[in-house]
Parts: sequence; C-alpha cells; structure tokens
Amino acid sequence: MTEALLTLSGVHTHIGPYHILQGVDLVVPRGGVSVLLGRNGAGKSTTLRTIMGLLKPSAGEIRFDGNSIGGTPTPAISRAGIAYVPENMGIFSDLTVGENMQLAATQGPFDPTRLAWIKELFPPIATFWEKPAGTLSGGQKQMLAVARAIIEPRRLILIDEPSKGLAPAIISAMTRALGELKETDTTILLVEQNFAMASALGDTVSVMDDGRVVHAGAMAELAGDPGMQERLMGLSLEVHQ
Amino acid sequence: MSETAIRPKLVASSTGDRLRKAAPLLLAPVMALAGLIAIADPATWLTLTVAGLAMGLMIFIMASGLTVVFGLMDVINFGHGAFVSVGAFVGFTVLAWLTGWTENPAVMMNLAAVFLAILAAMAVTGVLGLAFERVIVAPVYGHHLKQILVTMGGLIVAQQLIHVVWGPDAIHVARPQTLRGSVIVFDAVIEKYRLFAVAIGLVLFLGMRHMLKSTKVGLLVRAGVENGEMVEALGYRIRRLFLVVFMVGSALAGLGGVMWGLYNETITAHMGSELMVLVFIVVIIGGLGSIEGCFIGALLVGLLSNYMTFLAPKVALVSTIALMVGVLMWRPEGLYPVVKAK
Repeated sequence: MTEALLTLSGVHTHIGPYHILQGVDLVVPRGGVSVLLGRNGAGKSTTLRTIMGLLKPSAGEIRFDGNSIGGTPTPAISRAGIAYVPENMGIFSDLTVGENMQLAATQGPFDPTRLAWIKELFPPIATFWEKPAGTLSGGQKQMLAVARAIIEPRRLILIDEPSKGLAPAIISAMTRALGELKETDTTILLVEQNFAMASALGDTVSVMDDGRVVHAGAMAELAGDPGMQERLMGLSLEVHQ
Repeated sequence: MSETAIRPKLVASSTGDRLRKAAPLLLAPVMALAGLIAIADPATWLTLTVAGLAMGLMIFIMASGLTVVFGLMDVINFGHGAFVSVGAFVGFTVLAWLTGWTENPAVMMNLAAVFLAILAAMAVTGVLGLAFERVIVAPVYGHHLKQILVTMGGLIVAQQLIHVVWGPDAIHVARPQTLRGSVIVFDAVIEKYRLFAVAIGLVLFLGMRHMLKSTKVGLLVRAGVENGEMVEALGYRIRRLFLVVFMVGSALAGLGGVMWGLYNETITAHMGSELMVLVFIVVIIGGLGSIEGCFIGALLVGLLSNYMTFLAPKVALVSTIALMVGVLMWRPEGLYPVVKAK
C-alpha cells in the first residue's frame, strides 16, 4: 500500500446555511493520479476548496504529509506545496501570460529548464507569452492554468475539471499533457466529469455523492466494471465511448 | 511532447473592440477641444485648461487609493475624506513651523518646506490608515451597508478630532513665496502653484503606473483586483497586501489634502467630506477599481468644472454629475470596468 500524502477524515464543510460536505473520508496516495468522481453537486469542488483552505471545515481533520492543515490560511497551504487549478481556471485576464506565470513563481526567478519543459508541454504558453491572458481561447487558458500550477515543483496539484467546456481535440491534448506530468512523480488529485479522461489518467478513484465518499478503490477496477459505474454514478463507460 | 502541440490560435480582438477600449483615452482631448471652441479665446482657454488639469490631478491623487481599495477588497470607504482633512491640517502645521523657510525667497527652501509638509502628512495619514483599517474596516469585510455606516462614523469622529486639535474655524494656509503669483504663457495667466500641482500629479501618476505595470507588488495588486482568492491560492497573503494598499491610499489622500489646502489657501475639517463628492464621481466614472479610468475621470471632472465655471457658472455645480450620468449611460460600469472573477 502506497503511503498517503493527503488524508481527509470526517470532513464537514458548510457554505452559509448549506451543509455541503457531510463527513468526507479521502486518501490520496503519494505519486500518481487520484480521481474524484461524482455527479454535479456531489461536493467535489467543495472538497478541493476545503483542502486549499478557501473554505473552512466545520469538523473533521485534513492532514498533508502528516501535518494537520484544516483551517490553515490558503497562502500557507500553497507554500506547503499544494497547487490549485480551480474550475474557472483563475486566470488573471488583465495580465499577460508571462505575468500570470511570473506570479505563480513564488520562490524566485523561473527555472529555465522547467520553463522550457512547460513551453514544450503547452506550446501556446510560449507563443502568447506577451499577450493578455484574457485574449486566449478556453483551451489555452486551461493550459495556462495548469502551467501556472507546475511552474515550480509542487508536492500535490489539485485540478478541478480541466476538460470542462473544452473541444475534444483540446481534451485529448490536455490528457496527454497531464499524463506526461504524471510521469514526473507529481501527485495529482483530479476532479473530473469526463470519465474517459479520468479513467485514462487515474490510478485510484473516489466517488462522491451527497457530500460523502461512497466508493474508493483502483481506477482499473471501476473502469472495467460497467455495472459498478452504473451503480455508483448512473453511467457506463461503454455508453460514453 | 509534440503530440500536445495543438496549433496555437489567438482570439484576435476586432477593430471595434480595440476602438472601444481606446475611446476613453480620447475623451479628455475632445473635452479640451470642445472647451477651446466654446471659450473662443485661446489665452483664457489655456488658463482654464491648466487649472482644470491641476484640479483633476489633485482629485486623482485622492481618488486613486479609494478605487484600488475598492477593487482589491470590495471595501467602500466613506471615511477616505478624513485622511484628506487630516493631511491638510498636518501639512499646514508643518508649514507653520517652517514659516522661515516658506517666507524665504530661496526656491529650494520653499520646495523643501512643501515636501516636508507632504512627507509629514503622508506619514501621519498612512499610520492613521493602518489604524482605520484594523479597527474600523477589518470587522466589516463583506458587508457593504455596515462598511458605509461605520466608515462614515469614522469620518465624523476624525472631523471632530480635528476640531479638538486645531479648532473649529477655517484656517488660512499661505503658499511659499515661490509658488505665489503667476507666469504668462502665450498671453495666458497661469498660476505657478497650478503648474506645480500638475507636475506633482503627473509624476505620481507615472510612478503609480510604473509600479503597477513593472513591479511584482504592482502585478499582485492588479491580479488581486481581479481575483483575490486566486492570488491567495498562489501563496500570497492578500490581507497584508490590502493593508499596505490601504495605508498607501490613505497617505495619498493626505498628500491630496496638503495639495488642495495650498490650492484653496483655506482648510477646514469638512474639506475632505466635501471633496468626497468629486472623488466618488471620479471613481465611478473611471470604473470601480481602475487606476487608468480614475485618471481619465479626474481629468474630465477637472476640465469640465473649470470650463463650466467660466461659461455657465449657474450649471457648473451640476456639470460633473451630468458628466457622470452621461458616462454611465454610455458605459454603465464606468470607462474601464475591472472584470472580477466569478
């Protein structure tokens, strides 16, 4: 059993009067891609925002690499080595692509080797370096959002629905890029509705429903069992292929 | 990773989009040209234009902090005028101490006295801004109505404290010798102090623009105005950044107070709250949170006020409000609205 990098135990989160997370138990092993699946409103994005400190958990414990981070301010969580790519991508549209990247480089100047690798991974980053990020297309913005998250080595990257609203060709490109990122031993917690992308990348999977994790296991097991997919998510990979 | 290399394609902005973005830049020159046509006499026009630019730039100095504070943290600070008044009184006090310098004909001594007054006013209002944010603003983040009420309360308290320290009467502020009188330029009579105010305002605007465009702090402020949550997720403490911006904004209001006091040669405890009407008009015209918009809005308000005071004094008072209404009918979110992340 691989050692856990991130553990959520009985995490509850309220947003105003709404009780969104109702005791989430989640383990993200060190290395590889862990996927969080579930229907809309199941609490996936809220889970990521709670891990990132953008929402304060009302109960439960979040441990990152053995240290409790529940209720820790977001900047401290980021500096502990967790990067976050939100569902809306969080691009600063008034800033250039280069300025967006510069802000993400919190430890000093860019590492030239890493920057070259990122530009190879996402060619639009190099092409539009001087352009305002607001003028990029949706797919390019998503690439910038992921590029920004990996401009410095991170221990864990939280990515929220990178395929959302993107054309199939861009999704394929993004899947390949994340696959290459996976090879660098970076741990990724991926929230994804696109099961094809999720199953292509995921090593482990947790399925959420009504603010709880209702299934956790190997992605290969879920991908190979249409009955289990139907039972857990009301869908079948075969139907979607 | 060549497989990932889908062909890069930029969503090119149309000519219409580019014109729409550039159009506000033409407003001040167009207004100046309209003023020249309406006034007909070039010398009078030049006098009024320099006066308008000086007034506009002083208002910009006061308004810039307010607009960035709103853009960064969504805070409506009706107490901003307190820093203008306090700055003016602190500046007056320093100038009164340095009467020997201000009455001396030496230019450098005069300028040194003004700059010391400005420095003292900025230091005091900066520290006051720190206390104001910690004690008054911090408890009401996210509650606009409470912000309006509590910051207005802060303004009233500050005004009463000025009455306690400096007395309730209006105070005459004498300009240093070098900044008294006028110069003749192309037959136009131009007050030396207005040229000084234009120079200070332009230097500040260019400095602020450079800071916002070319430094990491500037990048953070611009990014924070758009999406503060993401700035935090990248590892920056936006509350600390906001505190610094609030202090700088308060210090700039203090600077504006000194400049305005020397401009009018009279200061009162209520000067800040009276100026806030113009400051809010400028911030709204520019687009809440936009420095460029604030700059253009301030120039428009300054020029229009001076032209209308000459052309039609009876409507001068409402001309700036009419300008705001006109701009909002054209662009309901101001000249350069800041796009906030949803």
